[in-house]
Amino acid sequence: MRLWVYAAVTIAAAALVGLLAYGVTTSGQDTTIDDKLVSGERVKAPDASLPRLGADGRAQLADYEGKVVVLNFWGSWCPPCVGELPLLQRAHRKIESQGGTVLGVDMKEVTSDGLAMVRRNKLTYPNLRDPDGEFADLYGTTAYPETFVIDRKGLIAARQRGPVDQAWLDRTLTPLLAEKP
Amino acid sequence: MRRAALLALVLALLGAGPAAAATPRTTLPDVEDEVMCVECRTPLNVSTAAVAEQERRFIRRLIAQGKTKQQIKDALVAEFGPSVLAEPPRSGFDATAWAVPIGLGALALGLVVFVVRRWRRAPAAEPEPDAAAGDAAEQRRLDAELAAYDS
Repeated sequence: MRLWVYAAVTIAAAALVGLLAYGVTTSGQDTTIDDKLVSGERVKAPDASLPRLGADGRAQLADYEGKVVVLNFWGSWCPPCVGELPLLQRAHRKIESQGGTVLGVDMKEVTSDGLAMVRRNKLTYPNLRDPDGEFADLYGTTAYPETFVIDRKGLIAARQRGPVDQAWLDRTLTPLLAEKP
Repeated sequence: MRRAALLALVLALLGAGPAAAATPRTTLPDVEDEVMCVECRTPLNVSTAAVAEQERRFIRRLIAQGKTKQQIKDALVAEFGPSVLAEPPRSGFDATAWAVPIGLGALALGLVVFVVRRWRRAPAAEPEPDAAAGDAAEQRRLDAELAAYDS
């Protein structure tokens, strides 16, 4: 009887420690992308099928293979995200004829609010919905807006954690658009 | 006078119409303590984040449409996914949030039963040595030592 009790207590304690370890290892910020980019490597862009914002069906990064994708995480509840939308729209207009596109990911957003923001800013680039931010988590996002530039092979070539500006877009996109698929 | 009464009746009916069509069936405080702020991962009723305010606006809109609490929670899940609910899901890894407290409770109960049964089975405590007998032995030893000292 005593052995049974000791075994049960030990197993329960081990399970609790395991749960704690799991929680600690999975709740921290994922810096894999940043670490590799800093060392000059390009990183395979995480992908997932997401619902389209303002349209039926779903889409994913793989649908844009062969294009340079400016992947922008935003939400209408985030003023800096809203502030850079006109700049991203202008960038999209500029790069779409060169095999590039901006792809917005509207995060943790009431659909109607996201759509209203798209209409107000007359965004013509595609937008997807990330209802609970699970897709954004794959990119280690913490401070919005965040923007990742993905090359024609589906590799992340640059990232900006915070608002982008014209100089950053020009500096990043020009060489990537010149690369062959 | 009759015209005024008729006008008042019409105005009352006009005012009552929309109100009756969307009678609130729940309140914001009733809903927001059962859902999460999707960005800050805290209960909505304690969150002051901008995204929490957007969620509250959404809930207020649904309350104004006369939706029930369950309908509002369903709409929130449709917008944000199941993680918007404060109560964790009962499937997958999240089920551990339910299983661990239940398992620990069962284990604690088992331990209490085990300890109580051991106490009840334990033999009665041995009687303490007779203090008087101890004193007598000590007295005899002392007498013997004194006698040895005198001689």
